[in-house]
Amino acid sequence: MAEIVTLAEAVRELVRDGDTVALEGFTHLIPHAAGHELIRQRRRELTLVRMTPDIVYDQLIGMGAARKLVFSWGGNPGVGSLHRLRDAVEHGWPVRLELEEHSHAGMAAAYAAGAANLPFGILRGYEGNDLVEHTRVSTVTCPFTGEVLAAVRAHRPDVGIIHAQRADREGNVQLWGITGVQKETVLASARSLVTVEEVVDELDERPGAIVLPSWVVDAVAVAPGGARPSYAHGYYDRDNDFYVAWDAISRDRDTFTEWMQQHVLEAVTA
Amino acid sequence: MNYNAGVGSTEPAYSADEVMAVEAARRLTSDNVCFVGVGLPSLAANLARRTHAPGCVLVYESGTIGAKPTRLPLSIGDGELAETADSVVSVPEMFAYWLQSGRIGVGFLGAAQIDRHGNLNSTVIGDYDSPKVRLPGGGGAPEIATSVDDVFVMLRHTPRAFVERLDFKTSRGDRVRVVVTDLGILEPRDGELALVRVHRGVSVDEVRAATGWELAVAPELGETAPPTADELAALRGLEAA
Repeated sequence: MAEIVTLAEAVRELVRDGDTVALEGFTHLIPHAAGHELIRQRRRELTLVRMTPDIVYDQLIGMGAARKLVFSWGGNPGVGSLHRLRDAVEHGWPVRLELEEHSHAGMAAAYAAGAANLPFGILRGYEGNDLVEHTRVSTVTCPFTGEVLAAVRAHRPDVGIIHAQRADREGNVQLWGITGVQKETVLASARSLVTVEEVVDELDERPGAIVLPSWVVDAVAVAPGGARPSYAHGYYDRDNDFYVAWDAISRDRDTFTEWMQQHVLEAVTA
Repeated sequence: MNYNAGVGSTEPAYSADEVMAVEAARRLTSDNVCFVGVGLPSLAANLARRTHAPGCVLVYESGTIGAKPTRLPLSIGDGELAETADSVVSVPEMFAYWLQSGRIGVGFLGAAQIDRHGNLNSTVIGDYDSPKVRLPGGGGAPEIATSVDDVFVMLRHTPRAFVERLDFKTSRGDRVRVVVTDLGILEPRDGELALVRVHRGVSVDEVRAATGWELAVAPELGETAPPTADELAALRGLEAA
């Protein structure tokens, strides 16, 4: 059964230095508040997993929380580069960042395999490109047809972190809209934390909603606005202006550090 | 590149992005199901839906199938896409059931570099382990390039982008059917990309100068029809919404 706790307590309980941590949310419901709490609690040496590292991963990387990044597309959607990610990869600032790079299809298959408690995922992928020489991918031959398919090792994060619209008082979690790879992230991870916009008495039906039963979630923490500048369908819109503004904030090391000091480190914890 | 019509011309002026979006849109029909990324591909596919191809199905990798946005999304996962979609599926389902199964006919790709075979690089400039420029990476591209029937590439035509040798091969080019640039149109001929159309006011020499390999020119080389007033109105309506 999920415990309903504060975000600070949840991160203190569930995330340790050196852990493999996946914060997921495909454009929608990105767990920014939880990422900020990881930064405030000064987690270090993390292996960060995420299909589309964007602003919150740029922040974690720029603040030195990560040792390794497992990903498939690292950019600021519709805007351009992630400057902190680039600085870490190109110049080793603030620390050298090891990369394990995949395609989206490979990452999705790895999460799905992890959720199914299978050792690897299969796909028709990684064909005829240079990625295969630089990442952890292999092949498997179909025992029925002889077709050779790509095999990716299952993602099994120590901690999976997602943001959802709401939970009930028992800790059952409900999310809707673009649900990305969040269900797989929670099911594939040894421990899981879900931040929610609100806790309600009853989860009434929403079109396309999925529910993660309380017994597959370790902690639920209320974090209103916890996805901003990403969005929470039915609660608030994506702050596209901030994604554009992030380009200038993140371009320079000092500007970035000052911004993080002011907006994250000195921010009041939930 | 400036496509402003000459003094006294009655033709509308248009930008490089607009001529690229219009040319790509003209290649879509109501029978197409296409995998769309943000930026120019999204602009092109939405323009096609608003003009001659209302039945064209737009699939965004965030899991939205049949999205009908009224304004252009900044990201592939904007709420507008989910609200207007026929179906919203998970990301593993999107890539396994819909893309790799071969259900999507057209896929749009952009890149930092392209070679004469349509192979694309969106991963790094320089060496992979100590890159000069670390680019965002392949995302959906590697499997889009091998799962759809027809890959449409859209990118600006510069010698830095059209290179003899890629720094990294992110996706392979054997299904690339057309490359739409701000100078013209390239299509595969005899195993490599050849110039088949130039935009109005662009010379073959200009295109050659912007291409890092000895560019073949198709014997039937012609000129693209400039964007019409209706196309530009639809395009600008989308951008202003």
